[in-house]
Amino acid sequence: MADIAEFRADTRAWLEQNCPPGLVGRGSNPLEGVWGGRKWTFSDPDRKRWLERMAERGWTAPSWPREYGGGGLSPAEAKVLAQEMRSLRIPPALIGFGLTMIGPTLLQFGDEEQKREHLPRIGRGEIRWCQGYSEPGAGSDLASLQTRALREGDEFVVTGQKIWTSYADQCDWIFALVRTKADGKKQEGITFLLIDMDSPGVSVSPILLISGSSPFCETHFDGVRVPVRNVLGTIDGGWTVAKALLGHERSMIADAFGSAGGASSRRGLPDVARDHLGEDQGRIADPRVRDRVVQAEMDARAFMLTVQRTRDAAKAGHQPGPESSIFKVYGTELNMRRHELLVEILGPQGLGWEGEGFDDFERELTRDWLRSRGNSIEGGTSEIQRNIIAKHVLGLPD
Amino acid sequence: MQLVLSEDQELLAKTAADFAAEHAPVSRVRALRDARDPIGYSRDLWRQMAELGWVGIPFAEQHGGADMGLAELVCVLEALGRGLAPEPFLGCVLLAGRAIQRAGSEAQQAAWLPRIASGDVVAALAYQEAGSRYDPTRIEATAAPRGSGWRLSGQKIQVLDAVGADLLVVAARCGGGIGLFLVASDATGVQVVPQTRIDHRNAALVKLDDVDVSQDAALGSPDAGGALLEEVVDYASVGLTGEMLGSMARAFELTLEHLKSREQFDAPIGSFQALKHRAANVYIEIELCRSAVMAAARAVDAGDAEAAELVSLAKARCSDAALLTANEAVQMFGGVGMTDEYDIGFYLKRARVAQQTFGDAGWHRERWARLRGY
Repeated sequence: MADIAEFRADTRAWLEQNCPPGLVGRGSNPLEGVWGGRKWTFSDPDRKRWLERMAERGWTAPSWPREYGGGGLSPAEAKVLAQEMRSLRIPPALIGFGLTMIGPTLLQFGDEEQKREHLPRIGRGEIRWCQGYSEPGAGSDLASLQTRALREGDEFVVTGQKIWTSYADQCDWIFALVRTKADGKKQEGITFLLIDMDSPGVSVSPILLISGSSPFCETHFDGVRVPVRNVLGTIDGGWTVAKALLGHERSMIADAFGSAGGASSRRGLPDVARDHLGEDQGRIADPRVRDRVVQAEMDARAFMLTVQRTRDAAKAGHQPGPESSIFKVYGTELNMRRHELLVEILGPQGLGWEGEGFDDFERELTRDWLRSRGNSIEGGTSEIQRNIIAKHVLGLPD
Repeated sequence: MQLVLSEDQELLAKTAADFAAEHAPVSRVRALRDARDPIGYSRDLWRQMAELGWVGIPFAEQHGGADMGLAELVCVLEALGRGLAPEPFLGCVLLAGRAIQRAGSEAQQAAWLPRIASGDVVAALAYQEAGSRYDPTRIEATAAPRGSGWRLSGQKIQVLDAVGADLLVVAARCGGGIGLFLVASDATGVQVVPQTRIDHRNAALVKLDDVDVSQDAALGSPDAGGALLEEVVDYASVGLTGEMLGSMARAFELTLEHLKSREQFDAPIGSFQALKHRAANVYIEIELCRSAVMAAARAVDAGDAEAAELVSLAKARCSDAALLTANEAVQMFGGVGMTDEYDIGFYLKRARVAQQTFGDAGWHRERWARLRGY
């Protein structure tokens, strides 16, 4: 414990000394920040400096081993770092799917060469990754994917289409599921491939969503040649790797929505309700809205306590319990309920798209609401999550 | 606050679970009901629980207790809740015992707590009245000064575990406030009339008709009991949510067993997605309840500033979830779920009573908002 106290003091001192003053107190939003990659342009030189300093120390990926560009911190030390950053309200130096999804999966399944090639570049923010899972004909039934990879000597030739590839137009590499065997059980003919998006034959087009933004893309592969050494895990054995990565993805989504990003995170639900509906003897004036606000607030509190309970159990050395399986479905649906309620509370001011008559908060909130409708679809629909809970936690038969 | 059981708490929970499985299955509740048992619980089993040290969990060691808190009580109550055990933890330990512990003089505590902890004395807290609904301070019973003591008059409803109790702690208006008074249940003018509710737990009307008590019957200052009542009811509420957690977990297990064994359309009905998703929803609600109950127990034990909010969170969630679990159970059992022969109806009835004890979900949501200033 004395070591941890010392680590805490050292960490705090280092953060205070090295974090550019302009960033201290800025706080963090899990969905905003520096995503890195070759195409990234820094809007703020402080952010660039902060990334370089943190990456040099390995603290962009604090718990990865040092030889792969990580910080080599123990879970307890990593937690202290996170706590100190939170208490100083310092934003993370780097965010993205490299750190949260493909990185942990590489550590689990990658060979030495793959880990040395990819992990340090993720940690330094040099390469930005995207995910090539869904296809137009393979959504919830992911294993029916049809993007083909034909073996030619030391290469695969990849042809097909991925969809909902988040930020693919800004990414450098993609981890993709491809079909390497057409017959037999569909889960057993899938391979997990790492593909450089600069390769000839890769093309990307953004998809415009109902919210007006284009975070997702279609990614086409037209005879793209990929070295066989870019297979993560085994050939035809990609489904195992894919599921492990989905676990990382869902816990990331749960984290993000548990802490609620976007406009709604800047002002609490009760405050917004009070501002728009007025007060009656210190209470939100509309009793029906007030009750719904309370419900949403209580749901959020119970959800965060459940996240905490899982973490406390892990710290105490217990195996992760089945309770973590609820995070994706509950966290996302909670976020959606909050946004429904917020837009309703805004009344006519919750209807703005652009231009005059609506302030930034109102416009952003309305678009966030539209965007939130996808929360229970992306990363495994709520229905798929409930199937998973029923089968793997409750033991209900197929 | 750590939301994880300590090794000691795990051991206690395990011991209680084993004890409950062996001695307190739900079939016993059915037998007590069918026999029209006058007190509705087993005094023998109560003594055994006392010998195991559970009845005295919250009391100080010098008063025969274990000097532990709600975190430990919840371990025991959850285990007992699985079989809907009706032994008088709520009325005797969490309400009356807790009131004596919090407000009693050293002499009063020494006189009563060791005998409560040993199971020799059963006490009950008579506070709720016809006009109270869920506000423990909305009472009309009076304590008028008489000589050096008081004269109590009024009527209390649904006093938990009062039938067969030896000692009553009575809340009554006194001067400008509310006082708590120790009254022997056989004192002149006291009438304890059993009430039968849907769950057949021990509850009674307590009629006080000019009951004279002496000066040393007052628990603490005779006009400062209002705040104490709220605190004690909060304490008992957390205990009740522990019980509810156990009973909803067990009702859900019974439902899952049914979903796996009942076949229709040549398949176990648990293979149908419509039922799988309903089951998954119930599971999620129970897990959220567990976190809220653990947090509330630890916050109250630590005297945390947020404790009252967390009590309301736990009681609101458990109230909704216990009813959801029981209602869904009856639906998924189908026709047999409506029969008295199946145990699931016992869980439904208890869930309804528990929901409307110490404030229902709506009442606690309103309180949460008030506590948070909106």
